Amino acid sequence: MNSQSENRWVLDRPNSYIGRSVPRPNAKRLLEGRGHFVDDIVLPRMLNVVFVRSPYAHARILSIDTTAAQSYPGITAVVTGAQLAERHEPWVGVLKHLQGIVSPPQYAMAVEKACWQGEAVVAILAKTRAEGEDAAESVQIQWQELPVVADAKTALDPDTPVIHDSLENNLCWERNFAAGDVDQAFETAAVVVEETFDIGRHTGVTVEPRSIVADYQPGEGKLTVYQSTQAPHMMQNVFAKHLGMNEGDVRVVTKDVGGSFGIKVHVYADEFAAVALSKMFQRPVKFIADRLESFVTDIHARDHLVKARMGVSKDGKIQALEFDDLTGIGPYSMYPRTSGIEANQIVNLTGGAYQIENYKAAAKVVFQNKNVMCQYRAVGHPVACLIAEGLIDEAARQLQMDPVDIRRTNLYPDDSYPCKSITGMAFENLSHIQSLDKLLDMMDYDSLRQEQSELRNRGIYRGIGLATFIEVTNPSPMFYGVGGAAISAQDGCTLRLDAKGNVFCATGVTEQGQGTETVIAQIVATSVGVAMENVRVITGDTEVTPYGGGTWASRGCGIAGEAAGQAGRVLRENILDVAGVILQTESTALDIQNGNIVDGGDGEVLTTLEEVARVAYYRPDTFPEDFQSELVVTRHYVPRDYPFAFTNGIQASYLEVDNETGLIRLLKHWCVEDCGTIINPQLVDEQIRGGIVQGLGAALFEHCIYDTEGQLQNGTMADYLVPMATEMPDIDCAHVVSMTRSSELGAKGAGEAGTAGAPAAVMNALNDALTPFNARVTAVPLTPQKILEALGTLSP
Amino acid sequence: MSDSLAVLKGDNNISLTVNGESISERVPVRRNLADFLRLDLGLTGTHVGCEHGVCGACTVRLDGKIVRSCLILAIQADGKRVDTIEGLSDDGYLEDLQASFHARNGLQCGFCTPGILLTAAELIETHPDADREKIREFLSGNYCRCTGYHAIVDAIESVVHSRQKKREL
Repeated sequence: MNSQSENRWVLDRPNSYIGRSVPRPNAKRLLEGRGHFVDDIVLPRMLNVVFVRSPYAHARILSIDTTAAQSYPGITAVVTGAQLAERHEPWVGVLKHLQGIVSPPQYAMAVEKACWQGEAVVAILAKTRAEGEDAAESVQIQWQELPVVADAKTALDPDTPVIHDSLENNLCWERNFAAGDVDQAFETAAVVVEETFDIGRHTGVTVEPRSIVADYQPGEGKLTVYQSTQAPHMMQNVFAKHLGMNEGDVRVVTKDVGGSFGIKVHVYADEFAAVALSKMFQRPVKFIADRLESFVTDIHARDHLVKARMGVSKDGKIQALEFDDLTGIGPYSMYPRTSGIEANQIVNLTGGAYQIENYKAAAKVVFQNKNVMCQYRAVGHPVACLIAEGLIDEAARQLQMDPVDIRRTNLYPDDSYPCKSITGMAFENLSHIQSLDKLLDMMDYDSLRQEQSELRNRGIYRGIGLATFIEVTNPSPMFYGVGGAAISAQDGCTLRLDAKGNVFCATGVTEQGQGTETVIAQIVATSVGVAMENVRVITGDTEVTPYGGGTWASRGCGIAGEAAGQAGRVLRENILDVAGVILQTESTALDIQNGNIVDGGDGEVLTTLEEVARVAYYRPDTFPEDFQSELVVTRHYVPRDYPFAFTNGIQASYLEVDNETGLIRLLKHWCVEDCGTIINPQLVDEQIRGGIVQGLGAALFEHCIYDTEGQLQNGTMADYLVPMATEMPDIDCAHVVSMTRSSELGAKGAGEAGTAGAPAAVMNALNDALTPFNARVTAVPLTPQKILEALGTLSP
Repeated sequence: MSDSLAVLKGDNNISLTVNGESISERVPVRRNLADFLRLDLGLTGTHVGCEHGVCGACTVRLDGKIVRSCLILAIQADGKRVDTIEGLSDDGYLEDLQASFHARNGLQCGFCTPGILLTAAELIETHPDADREKIREFLSGNYCRCTGYHAIVDAIESVVHSRQKKREL
């Protein structure tokens, strides 16, 4: 515990739930198939919307004939993009702090032309989805195909057509950063390694597709939207703003969410269309994306081509790091978070674990006629990690250093904090060296190296790959708010003691399965002094919960958890004030433990919480005239002293590659990470493991493959490969705890650490395995084909 | 309606047993079993993830064997017995698996979970001594995006072990 220990009251409470692997109370109904997902909602007079989508990546709409479709059975209405455009304001996905970023206005459906294959063009409102799909087939659209800008590499060439007439070129945004004397450092470096990293597009593939039910009530002029989203308050603002409504008349309700991972934190044109249609027809409208729609409309992620080099001294010290990043984001920057944040993160974070004095990065974000691209779990981190970890391993190979030693040489020592990285990232307290040592111990690194060497002599090629990472968590308004987005960085928690001694807790963050409600309940139960069974957590309702940002960017525990802890402390004080009056004693001499009011010294039970509540609610006449009980408490929290609470960690992959087939078998994966105070160890480990497997999917299988005409070639789950149980290894997790001093709780986030480091660990393990063949692969996913090409078995 | 859709026209009467209850309904011939369970019977515990037989979220039991209800038409279940997560929870069939998943956090968002539980139950019935590798192989038709599978494998393995101990007693 650090010097701020006097503020860590919540960690020292009796009967604490902090640090305990309590099972999730809300998981039981999910295990019985009694969840409340959006597609389970059926409202009176509800219509289902089916979209006719553009079959072309870029084409002008010459005419639309919906006459035949209107006459199909079960069809209420057929609406074109142009018709719906009269009912809402378009949006523009730019933020002020990404200087120079541009994007054209986007409407709910294509108006004059479609800019990607899958963009919605016509909406059919039908009694059932099946009837809507029948009618969709008969919508006649005359298209004029336009030249397709598919390849990001040529998007900025002078002879490449410009997608949007309103823009000068296909450049969405660029950022250049330089510090130190990079050219001089490369000149004097003993070894300069250069690589091209080609990180393919992949996507979230939530098992529950994007889902929304909008219910506009003309009587009250009120809109209720049931949405599978990570950010209900943000969506409330968006719907109100672009439908010309008072924000107070819009309510967003989020019940169970079947996976999100950043996929469900953006404004999707088709979801907005469903809401606008509900207002237009004054009836509930449901839209559930089917799997094929998901592949062409859920945001895609990554898609970076990076040319990078690193200069290293003969003793392995990094002298300079330089890279150019090019990313294609589809035809629009997503709203309201923009599609520039990932490139921005890559510039900010690459090599951030290492002491680097000379650094130069250039990122270009370009428009193209492919599906939209935006922030997905671990935004930018996996790319930053592939660049730095790939280069440092290659440098080690050329210097004949062990990958562990070169990392140890360059990592920030554990006593160097607080400090700032070359790009200005402020690190409060990280634990790279402790984490590295713990990892080596956990995986028994030396024995593994010995095993690898013995097997290699027998023609079995195994590799060990390391990947150090840092993770952005607990973001302050520096992430979005300063850029003008109506996205809350603060979060609130309201606690209410009921008449039987139960505590109702409403929080601005949401639950998508990671266990938000459980950790909040653990914190509240601990800080108030009651059993978890007596805490009810309410999330996902803009009419009920305090204003908050929702759950993304690994912010739930560190930000909303802190608000909950502080609210719990104040509620406990308020309850003890009442108890003090009842017991005619100083409230400071009392405490609450296990739902009882006890003597703060010897713990003797004096009365129960239920009794205090009874008197406060039913017999306040017995109180002195100047005393009023206050048993509802709200507290808010936002990190102030650091823009982000950085965490750190290191992963290792152990794998075997078949040099004849190019197939990789993952044998084991390890992760040590440091998220500060751990509220629920099991839930943290499962966040890490789930995140790692998402990263392993990206490393090995997942790829949205487009042809030169901008047509997605693998938009089914049979063709787009996701990680399944049999290909995945067991994953061992361990932790170092460096608490943030920015909060009383000391918790940082853990949601994205796994995804950040996994691809780099696997790439490095593969290239370690391929060392005897002098072969390397730096294009992700690491497919058998690419491996065989590197081995010279296949020609590219 | 175009000719290509003509074969999909029409409704049929079906009678079947769902979670022990006798059901008689008139359904469109093209309605799949998943939609029938969800839309006609309100059994929303069966989830639809991909509608092309890959993700396994819609897994139910048909005459005691697990099937993907998105790949079966409701009319194909005529005269058969269907068991869903709701029925198999109510009758206690999944009790030890559910308890183990709960304790080990073998689920996060819960969307794939009904399908995983039914698959796990059949695995343990048909392979009572399954090891981790067998568990992973048997689960390879059920997609989970949240957990990374490790906790699911742990939860199932623990039930395998506890049932083994019960058999030995």
